[in-house]
Amino acid sequence: MKKVFTKPKSLKDVPFHYCPGCGHSIIHRLVAEVIDELGISDCVIGVPPAGCAVLAYNYFDIDMCEAPHGRGCAVATGFKRAQPDKIVFTYQGDGDMAAIGTAETLHAANRGERITAIFVNNAVYGMTGGQMAPTTMIGQKTTTSPFGRRPEVEGYPLLITDLIATLKGPSYVVRHSLATPAKILATKKSIKKAFEMQIKGLGFSLVEVLSPCPTNWKLSAVDAFKFLESRMEKEFPIGVFKDVTKG
Amino acid sequence: MENKVLMKGTNALAEAAIQAGCRCYFGYPITPQNELPEYMARRMAEVGGVFLQGESEIASINMVLGAAASGVRSMTSSSSPGISLKQEGISFLAAMELPALIVNIMRGGPGLGNIAPSQGDYYQATRGGGHGDYRTPVFAPASIQELYDITMYAFDVADIYRTPVVILGDGMMGQIVEPTVCRKRQEIDLPPKDYVLDGAKGRPSRIIRSLILDTFEMEEHNWKLKRKYDLMRGRLPQHEEFMVADAKLVIVAYGTAARIAKGAVKRARREGLSVGLLRPITLWPFPTQAIQDIAKKVKHFLVFEMSTGQMVDDVLLALGGKAQCEFYGRPGGVVPTPMEITRIIGRYWVQKEILG
Amino acid sequence: MALRGKITIDDNLCKSCELCISVCPEEAIRISDGINYKGYHPAEFIKDRCRGCALCAIICPEIAIEVYRGK
Repeated sequence: MKKVFTKPKSLKDVPFHYCPGCGHSIIHRLVAEVIDELGISDCVIGVPPAGCAVLAYNYFDIDMCEAPHGRGCAVATGFKRAQPDKIVFTYQGDGDMAAIGTAETLHAANRGERITAIFVNNAVYGMTGGQMAPTTMIGQKTTTSPFGRRPEVEGYPLLITDLIATLKGPSYVVRHSLATPAKILATKKSIKKAFEMQIKGLGFSLVEVLSPCPTNWKLSAVDAFKFLESRMEKEFPIGVFKDVTKG
Repeated sequence: MENKVLMKGTNALAEAAIQAGCRCYFGYPITPQNELPEYMARRMAEVGGVFLQGESEIASINMVLGAAASGVRSMTSSSSPGISLKQEGISFLAAMELPALIVNIMRGGPGLGNIAPSQGDYYQATRGGGHGDYRTPVFAPASIQELYDITMYAFDVADIYRTPVVILGDGMMGQIVEPTVCRKRQEIDLPPKDYVLDGAKGRPSRIIRSLILDTFEMEEHNWKLKRKYDLMRGRLPQHEEFMVADAKLVIVAYGTAARIAKGAVKRARREGLSVGLLRPITLWPFPTQAIQDIAKKVKHFLVFEMSTGQMVDDVLLALGGKAQCEFYGRPGGVVPTPMEITRIIGRYWVQKEILG
Repeated sequence: MALRGKITIDDNLCKSCELCISVCPEEAIRISDGINYKGYHPAEFIKDRCRGCALCAIICPEIAIEVYRGK
């Protein structure tokens, strides 16, 4: 028998600190597999978020630079403009990308900044204990929306990926989900395509990944993954929103 | 023979940065320093550097972070309210020990203030401004030539000590036009940039971060920064003394205020008052030793600032009660004339019954 | 002849989330009675049912599973 699945080289041999059933480590693995497959581990620079994945640099065996909360796309812009030959990506959660970082994300996308943004959407602020995120859904209870999110008070979940897809700058904008192994593989394919866009010199590529947070959703891991399909995918439709390589 | 060019402050600063090898500028328009990004927009293209107008001052300082971590000499500029926005970024740069230049062309404040020159950001610049236990070297030029020379020097200081550096100008310093010699860079031996993130090719991967959860490790990092700042305290202070040798009263002022005070000192001298001027050039580290040396003979100091009094605290600290120290200030963007300061000197002279 | 497979699960990485069990088409994984150093009951491989499809490894957040496939 031959080994058909093993840990990618671009991940260090460090056990993950994430909660059981968290989507982060799956996405870390997908990104690392893509980095391995594209052979870019020695010319890639990653920018992790503030959030549960703040310690992502403990796992990825690549050059990584911390950024102030939300400013990942601006820091990545600095790296890419100073070193246009390197592959630069951000890895951000819902607060980082779509709350405090909205301006930096939007403008990097609008400039067609040649970076890749991996957006982990779990509809809640995990690290700080489960507060409402811009992507929290109507009726969803969090520690700062204890009555469930109400549109007349807290507004609606922000579909930032859809917004960014309307801009001329980005070249590839997609949303995926981790709900099943098949969907996980589809997510990986898009992450790979997003990096390939950057390698080709095309503008801003964004992959949003619907990801579970069993701890703050107060669900078991298995139920949290089911919730992705039963609820989140209905609110945040999966699909390719923009792909300049396809007419 | 050196070629002198008439240059506006903001432009001289930009040109000096280019000559010093700065190849990344990120900034956002704010009066009274808009000519700086505008100059950079054209000039960076000429030298193959990067100019990008960020969407905000916050975005700009974070772009500087990425470029500095790439090993490229980088800078940003703004004015008071915009510098407030950059404080988090500056704190991160200090924590990560990344070199960068931040230019503040101060204007009236607080809040939106106005666009006239003021010196109301002294505390912000010298007390670390952002959160956490850090300092940044702060330079306060008082002429366009000095602004040019200090800018070139500031990049070296940033690289030698791996620290963000602040140049504190004011609206006047940014806007006046003076003959300037645009010196070329004198390359010096700099420490190797062994922290740069440029893709882990042929070496282990690196990280740059400021999050240190282990409190003892964090404590050591803070002491390490402090040792660095102590080194700077020993090596960096600069000041200018004008007619101090036989003075009975010394004015302490920096930047544009020092220009005005110098004129006042000259007038006062014509009236027979033996007045001098101490002009700090580094506001951090403050030229404490210079003040203490002067205070051995001089027992009267008058601090003049275009604010309600911020640097006066550092003068009082330096004096330690060994001399009298008064303050005169004009905040809000008001630029007094040397005549006014001469009158203040005269009034002080009489009130304090200073002889000679 | 159907492909045969086998998996190895790193006991100490497993956090007992049971995702592998939920996706395995052959019910070849179960939660063991053992306890790892983190206090979890790790998943364990029930031999002779595996096809080597790797669905478990794809969904395992800890990358605790290695998959082998062959005849």
